[in-house]
Amino acid sequence: MKWTLSLMSLREGRSSRRSNLLIRSRLLRAAALAMTLLILTACAPAPSIGAITPPFIDPGVDPESWAVVSAGEFPYGQHDHMTNVEYDYEIMVTDVTNEQYSRFLNEAIAAGTISVGEVEVEAGEQAWAVEGAYGSYPGDPFDGYKHEEEIKAGDKLYVPTQAEGLRLTEAGGVFSSIPEYANHPMTMVTWFGANAYCEYYDLRLPSEIEWEKAARGTEFASGYGMPFPWGEHIERNNANYYSSSDLFEKMYGKLGNTTPVGFFNGKTYEGYETLNSVSPYGLYDMAGNVWQWTGDDYPDQHYRYMRGGSFYTYEVDLRVWKNNSAGPQYYSPQVGFRCAR
Amino acid sequence: MQELSKRLDYLFRSTRGLTLVALVVVSIITAIFGTLSGPMVEWGVRDLTVNGLGMKLLEAEREGRIIMLYHTIAMTILAIEVYFMTEVLPMKRYEQVMINGTITVGYLTAVIFGLLFSYWGHNFTFHGLFLVGQSLVFFAGILLMVALSPWKKEYRLEKDSPYAHTKGGVDMERMAFFVMALAALISASFGAVTGSFWSNGHETFLGEDLIRAAHKTLLQKAIIGHLHIMLTLVAVGITLIVGHWMKFKGILHKIAMPTMVLGIIGTTFGALSVVWLEWAHNIIYVGSTFIMMAALFYVIYAWDMLIKEGTAGIKKPNFFQKMGALLKDPLKFGPGWQMVFMNFTVSGVGIFLAVKLEEIFRVWPHREERITLTGHWHILAALIATIILMYFADLSGLKGKVRQWFGWLLIIMSDIAFASATIFSMKRLFVDEINQQGTVNTLMLLIDLGLGVILIALAMFLIWRLYDLFQAKGYWHKEFSTEKKLSAEAEIIEQKRKLEELNAILKEVSK
Repeated sequence: MKWTLSLMSLREGRSSRRSNLLIRSRLLRAAALAMTLLILTACAPAPSIGAITPPFIDPGVDPESWAVVSAGEFPYGQHDHMTNVEYDYEIMVTDVTNEQYSRFLNEAIAAGTISVGEVEVEAGEQAWAVEGAYGSYPGDPFDGYKHEEEIKAGDKLYVPTQAEGLRLTEAGGVFSSIPEYANHPMTMVTWFGANAYCEYYDLRLPSEIEWEKAARGTEFASGYGMPFPWGEHIERNNANYYSSSDLFEKMYGKLGNTTPVGFFNGKTYEGYETLNSVSPYGLYDMAGNVWQWTGDDYPDQHYRYMRGGSFYTYEVDLRVWKNNSAGPQYYSPQVGFRCAR
Repeated sequence: MQELSKRLDYLFRSTRGLTLVALVVVSIITAIFGTLSGPMVEWGVRDLTVNGLGMKLLEAEREGRIIMLYHTIAMTILAIEVYFMTEVLPMKRYEQVMINGTITVGYLTAVIFGLLFSYWGHNFTFHGLFLVGQSLVFFAGILLMVALSPWKKEYRLEKDSPYAHTKGGVDMERMAFFVMALAALISASFGAVTGSFWSNGHETFLGEDLIRAAHKTLLQKAIIGHLHIMLTLVAVGITLIVGHWMKFKGILHKIAMPTMVLGIIGTTFGALSVVWLEWAHNIIYVGSTFIMMAALFYVIYAWDMLIKEGTAGIKKPNFFQKMGALLKDPLKFGPGWQMVFMNFTVSGVGIFLAVKLEEIFRVWPHREERITLTGHWHILAALIATIILMYFADLSGLKGKVRQWFGWLLIIMSDIAFASATIFSMKRLFVDEINQQGTVNTLMLLIDLGLGVILIALAMFLIWRLYDLFQAKGYWHKEFSTEKKLSAEAEIIEQKRKLEELNAILKEVSK
């Protein structure tokens, strides 16, 4: 009431000094309260998996399926350098899923090529121990170039089993995927872990060139090669990225807000309409969802490269030529992979 | 018509008018092109801008567009600094007119045609005119450098001058301005030469995208050197201008100015020698330490002066009285404070990044390193902008509570935004990806809040200046009259000097 009266008296030009002071103090208090509320709201903890159970959605795309990419030239990189891939190759239609990876772990542990326990991780000038699944790696050629780190032969971490964000569980030495995330891309996997998966099944990680050709094809539009797997422009519901507002956005936090592989196929899920975002060769999720490890080990550096952008990046990183890099020991809720052969 | 002509006269023939136009240009660019990225995309504002203005945006051209956008903003900021310099540094009237005229036509041509080319379709006439505009800015730089020559007799200082000078009386502050202008011209040449190889051996790239490439071409290195040193020189420029404004003099000035000259030479050489020297970074470290020391001397002087002036009537001022005096005028306290703050958000981060590169930053994914790098230089650019605004707000005669509100909002809100952006870019030091969402949300909110308030304050300031232009005897009129009076007086002195010179020649001839 006093507040209203104060405002009225101000409007009518009869404001006394006291009422002015009152208004000022209240305005200040209101502003402070609003600020505090804003900050507190922003600081509120993200919803955890315990609070929200993600829906299990089957987009109907088989993660075991493969696409053939035929030999020939295609525009490579942002500046469309015509590059010839002289052979046909096959690449997985989707990212490797949690279910597929847990099956691999179980098979490889049974075969004795993977162990579970504490393993040393080296990066930069540091080394630390991590509990996880690991296996041997023959090491990289080392050129001793500026900023290059030596990747020595030895046991390497594949997946940190105790880390938050892993959508696998382990009981009695047997891994299984959390059911709701079974058909989501496998994440929290190092390059070593991705490489080991592919090699175990006599496959390989695609090179950057192979990955990009499979993503964008050979066509041109508006004078340039395709920037996205589906065409020239990106809409909110083309892919899982920062602006997609998809069903799984609210699951951010501990387990990441990936979408099931093949989710953006033109279907509508619980009112969320997706656009069919398949690549020219029939691949899904070649933009967004998770970054994908590629196989190249370039001379004079130790980095491994990732392509495709993720649920956490803006659309600029979803352009097919954009890459990201990290040491092969790196793992993240935003990083997965697929294989080629 | 006559009234319009008067306004145009003010806007394009006075320092304050020219600066006002340039500020409006930067503000319009920021307002329009700031809607094309970040949260504006999610909110759908970008689509409104693109469709409403009929922009033609192709994904493959994004980096090129951004580079042209940066250049148009940079040209405008350079013009503003040049206007300030031609006003405060002694030079002949015709020199001032020529420099200001050339750079104004130059930056406006570069802005208009650069943006038309990059955002509204590739008409190569526009690209050509963009280059014409930049060339005019470069030519204005040459004129400025000539005008600033510190060896001219008429600009030498007396032996007992409180300002830094050589034994021969060469003004070291003028020397610093001169060296800065020369360094900027050399650095611009590095950019221009590389630009001339565009699509002919050189491809568009953003520096932060290339940071991890093991092998970079010479042209790529030239661009990396160019972009680093240009921003540094813009920062040096505003530091020198602000020093002049605050009447920086005395012993600290005498140490600071030679230090600054050495710093500019060292840092510029270091940044450009990245092209051919493996250890160029070491030269940069030494050079930039000199520049930072000179800035530190300015801050010590300016704050000491503010305290002394503010406590002049008090015999033995206590700590609180001294602090009160220091903080009394935010527009005069602010530039020094922003320079100190820069050490935490820019220099400190840069040094930390260099020292811990292998141990920390190269262990992070490239995307994180990219965020740190872009945050680092965006903050430096924005800090420079706040200092320019403080200086111009003072020139505009802001007084009383408006001055206090404008000054403190600028300082506090920009520092909140920049501190948050710094923490955001370094977040991986203290929070992992899985647990970052709360931190990210809070920091993004603080960044948006800080920048939002600054932009609103700036908009209100510019609206006031626009409103003032509609007043017959507005503030613009007073500013213009004062400037005309000063120019006329300077012209009279110049004419007298010229007359004396001519008479001396006549006498000499008639002997």
